[in-house]
Amino acid sequence: MGAFIARRIAAGIVLLLVASFLIYLLVSLSGNPLAALEANPHIAKATIAAAREQLHLNEPLLERYWTWLTGFLQGNFGTATTGQAVGPQVLPRLVVTLQMVIPATLIAIVLAILVGVVGAVKQYSIVDHLSTGLAYVFFSTPVFVLAILLKDFLAVDFNKGVGHTVLYTIGQNTPGVTGFGNVAVDAIEHTILPVVTLTLITYATWSRYQRSSMLDVLNADYIRLARAKGLSPRRVLYVHALRNALIPVTTVIALDFAAVIGGALVTEIVFGWEGFGRFFYTGLTGPVSPDVNVVQAWFVISAAIIILFNLIADILYGVLDPRIRYA
Amino acid sequence: MPEPIEVSPPQSAPLPPVLGGSPLETLPEPPPEGTRSAAEEGLSIEARSQFRMAAERFIHHKLALLGGSIFIFLLLLSTVGAHFWRYGHAQITGQFGTGPSLQHPFGTDTIGHDLFAQVLTGTATSIETAVVVAVIATVIGTLIGAVAGYYGGWLDAVLMRFTDLVLVVPLLAVLLVLAAGVHNLAGNWLVIALVLALLLWTYLARLVRGTFLSLREREFIEAEWAIGASDWRIILRHMIPNAIGPIVVNATLTVATAMLIEAILSFLGLGIQPPDVSLGSLINAGQGDATALPWLFYFPSGILVLAILSVNFLGDGLRDALDPSQRVRA
Repeated sequence: MGAFIARRIAAGIVLLLVASFLIYLLVSLSGNPLAALEANPHIAKATIAAAREQLHLNEPLLERYWTWLTGFLQGNFGTATTGQAVGPQVLPRLVVTLQMVIPATLIAIVLAILVGVVGAVKQYSIVDHLSTGLAYVFFSTPVFVLAILLKDFLAVDFNKGVGHTVLYTIGQNTPGVTGFGNVAVDAIEHTILPVVTLTLITYATWSRYQRSSMLDVLNADYIRLARAKGLSPRRVLYVHALRNALIPVTTVIALDFAAVIGGALVTEIVFGWEGFGRFFYTGLTGPVSPDVNVVQAWFVISAAIIILFNLIADILYGVLDPRIRYA
Repeated sequence: MPEPIEVSPPQSAPLPPVLGGSPLETLPEPPPEGTRSAAEEGLSIEARSQFRMAAERFIHHKLALLGGSIFIFLLLLSTVGAHFWRYGHAQITGQFGTGPSLQHPFGTDTIGHDLFAQVLTGTATSIETAVVVAVIATVIGTLIGAVAGYYGGWLDAVLMRFTDLVLVVPLLAVLLVLAAGVHNLAGNWLVIALVLALLLWTYLARLVRGTFLSLREREFIEAEWAIGASDWRIILRHMIPNAIGPIVVNATLTVATAMLIEAILSFLGLGIQPPDVSLGSLINAGQGDATALPWLFYFPSGILVLAILSVNFLGDGLRDALDPSQRVRA
């Protein structure tokens, strides 16, 4: 097991390096950060030359990547085009994003398992048809449509109904709130809608997989045997069926995690969160863009999180299915 | 170990015009002469072609029929119907921010555009973009998957490593970078379609590769080798027809994915640019006034979700009909 994890981490690091190189090329070639400056006739040539110097745009691309890489390996993410260091901004923004992603992923997993299992056990019942229909609607809905719907329509009416603002639609917290309890309540009130958005968008596909894998298991011989030998239906369902039905779903969820991060990016933008996704988006479309170091930081950290998530899924896989041995 | 030669004549004869050629699916054997007790009792058994069987399975899938009809309706309405509508999508009508009425079924925006005309044009752009993406991605994916699965070698290795990469980098973010790169060059929807197609072929390539790996070991392919058929003949005439089920299903679902992603790109201002409109850019434009003029949000997003939903239902029905081995239990 230890050797397996070590090998996977090594493979992950290689993958990360290759990805960082390709993304660096892609971002650098996708635009000229000084285009706006150069198009402005009022800006002196010397200023542009200085900016070019400062952004290292005079150097060849490979050399710039090398500078980035050596810095990155020493824990330095470089400087944004605004002149601020990228590194210190990463963690606070990541925390903001995780405030949305972690609850949404956990709730989506639980919801998907619940809906999938109920759909399989009560196959072709009204509940099953209803949840199937809803799942189709949710995975056919772009994230931003759902986000705007919740934000501009549901939240406004809800807050009016309650009489004061419970569901906040902009930002991840209210600046200036003090006291631990108040901060926590405030954060939760800001988090509800984004989490609901992200959860609904993600759970839909997963619940379909859970349902189909549960149906496969429920029709297996060993389940018939478990029933025949007189185990209680509850025990058959939870111990024998569910545990086996979770195995394929684990992989699906792990492989799908990149899509969750993509969904979080859009959700953050709609809800005006100053999170990691907006950091990326500003780096990509801001006044002096593309901001290679900012975009690069986002990609590398997202990829690292996804690789880590896949590793956790592989380990879980072994826990769920004792037949799998990692040599 | 080659099979005896006698196997090859029936197998190398051109396969029926297969649509449902997945390996798991075989034609029911016609009962041998003399044992037709069922036929004597009036229950005659008719030989059915693969295409017919697939078509029958598809017809029984009511949601898929509904999805297909809605999609074709939206397509015709937005492409043909738009020419008959009294307003153009860029025309200023003199009615500013009015709600839905007989004159303007979807209302107007604050500039005075007729929203119905805009939604029609936007739907056409979204569907056209998505279909172009699906066609290009399907051709690229099939070719690369076919070559990788048939020949193996470096292309196969590169494809698989590339797949590993795609799994750890959020696709949406890469598309955003690409779109940001091209959106200054041209707001043309075709450019956006090319960008999307450039990244959406990988899943199909893996699918085709997998199918080809297993087809390569089958006797009828071995027979083709034995009679000296060229590689391209084997790939084009024998292997692709046998993999056509998953390819068609995936192409359909790629239309849905492409519509979804194009909408997100356009919503974020990196997709379809003015003067073109797409549903995503319409929603983006209407978002600012969403609470005061809700129809600016409801209609474009309603049509967008309806279109994507219809393609998803269609794809699911096609999967059941053409590719039963891949079927997610319904």
